[in-house]
Amino acid sequence: MSLTDQRPATPPPAGVRARPGRRPKPTRTSIIPTALLLLGAAYCVAPVLWVAIAATKGPGELFTTFSFWPSLNGGFTYNIKHLLDFGDGVFLRWALNSLLYAGVGAVLSVIVSTLAGYALAKYRFAGREVLFGTILAGVLVPQITLAVPQYLLISKLGLVNSYWAVLLPSIISPYGIYLSRIYASAVVADEMLEAGRIDGAGEYRLAWSVGLPPMVPGMVTVLLLQFIAIWNNFLLPYIMISDSQRFPMTVGLFTMLNQGASQPALYSLVIMGVFLSILPLIALFLFLQRYWRLDLVSGGVKG
Amino acid sequence: MPGASSTVAPRRPRRGGGPTPYVLVAPAVVLLVLFLLVPIGYTVWLSLRASRVTGGGLGLRVEQFVGLENYVGVLTDDGYLQGVLRMLGYGAIVVPTMLGLALLFALLLDTPRIRFGAASRIGIFLPYAVPGVIASLLWGFLYLPNVSPIRDAVTAVGLPAPDFLAPGSVLFSVANIGVWGGVGFNMIVLYTALRGIPREMYDAARIDGASEVQIALRVKIPLIAPALVMTGVFSIIATLQVFSEPATLQPLTDAIPSSWVPLMTIYRDAFVNNDIHTAAAASVVLALGTLVVSLGVLSFLQKRAFGRGQ
Repeated sequence: MSLTDQRPATPPPAGVRARPGRRPKPTRTSIIPTALLLLGAAYCVAPVLWVAIAATKGPGELFTTFSFWPSLNGGFTYNIKHLLDFGDGVFLRWALNSLLYAGVGAVLSVIVSTLAGYALAKYRFAGREVLFGTILAGVLVPQITLAVPQYLLISKLGLVNSYWAVLLPSIISPYGIYLSRIYASAVVADEMLEAGRIDGAGEYRLAWSVGLPPMVPGMVTVLLLQFIAIWNNFLLPYIMISDSQRFPMTVGLFTMLNQGASQPALYSLVIMGVFLSILPLIALFLFLQRYWRLDLVSGGVKG
Repeated sequence: MPGASSTVAPRRPRRGGGPTPYVLVAPAVVLLVLFLLVPIGYTVWLSLRASRVTGGGLGLRVEQFVGLENYVGVLTDDGYLQGVLRMLGYGAIVVPTMLGLALLFALLLDTPRIRFGAASRIGIFLPYAVPGVIASLLWGFLYLPNVSPIRDAVTAVGLPAPDFLAPGSVLFSVANIGVWGGVGFNMIVLYTALRGIPREMYDAARIDGASEVQIALRVKIPLIAPALVMTGVFSIIATLQVFSEPATLQPLTDAIPSSWVPLMTIYRDAFVNNDIHTAAAASVVLALGTLVVSLGVLSFLQKRAFGRGQ
């Protein structure tokens, strides 16, 4: 049986019917499609594999030994040790900072997005269209072009170089609100809300006990997308933070590479840093890919 | 197919609800105002001003209103305009290549009788877990003359070593990083859309003797048109924001000046040259350009896609 027949653990999306039955039993492997896919996978995996191999090489070996062959001369432990010692252990600090920015930022962002998305989907109130129009425009305006004025604003508030400087702008995600609104429209049944109102439940109680539970899969999706967006963000922390103790991993490794241009010995430490920074995210992905609802992103959920 | 546009008002939203909706949207509104509207307004205001040296010997710097002068400066700055052209060239390479590959892989994954499908899918998706800066560091080493395994491989078979960081090739090298990083996510989105299609949609075509290729072109692609539109628009927006890839490669090569793409120029003006007013005008030009392009593409594609898809 083909590996692609695995079903996602989540139920089929609303508005889309589950496929009846299995595919016809495979008889012969299609060679060309399989080969093309493996070629694509090789293109995507090879650089990561190279980093894993290069991470085993000490500073001298990086420039001298054959690239796709690991070194067993203790370069791996040497690199780890020196990376962890670099700048009094600042690398671990960067890792924790990245986790803090992405973790706290994504959780707060999901809360804000869910509340707004639910209200936009389930109530008709003055200013609703204006708000939704602003959010749509916000989805289309690159957040990054706002980074410079946001910096000026943050510096007016006296928050430059603080964790808040990166966290606050990361909380607002027009795209997250947009997705939450679509999801709330699709999964929160108006009939249930009406029934609750007839029974005399308050609006907040209804939002909590009727609105929230079905929205959880959508919230997980927004959480992951936002976690990755903040984790990957470079320009915002690069502009806002100049104290290396508050750098996230992206900015930290970038500044290390910049120093490496004059001190090539740092290159092998940067490579080790790159390797270590990729690992947790890959693990997170493999673990979480079954939980997110990408049909939300692909337009498969209809509001 | 159900109504394709997902922005239609929900069927029976409750009118009123007292203060509840306002309380629920309050945090979002406060943050939107603070970090979207105020910055936009502030940028526009800054872009209309400049700091000028006035008054004889002392040379006091005074901020004053200069109208559209900064915009004229930006739009006649060769460096900025070349950056815009380069960015458009980058987009013209990245968006079709990335989406083409993503669509190809998604369709291949959806064909019957393939092997190693799950492994390939995870492999192609892997780069999404790698932040843009880290990906650029990684590819930077793969391009770097003394370290590059690609150069090793090419010289091993007797060909001249390619220089990935030369002025003529660096655009493609940066574009390759963009494609590498983006193809997996788009593939998964399109694949998810493909799997949402009920299988019996293909049965009629199969009975008529259509090949898998014909089914892919005539049935599957039109049916996932909305997902293609979404991925297309978001890819274009991402392209117009290209910054971290060239900025990361910059220390490795002389072929990337600090005005290589518009955002790099903006960063240099604002933080290196301390000319916040020019940077503001350039930001406004870039943001308006992005808005116009993405709205234009959205309406064009939507008309085409939804005209054909139903």
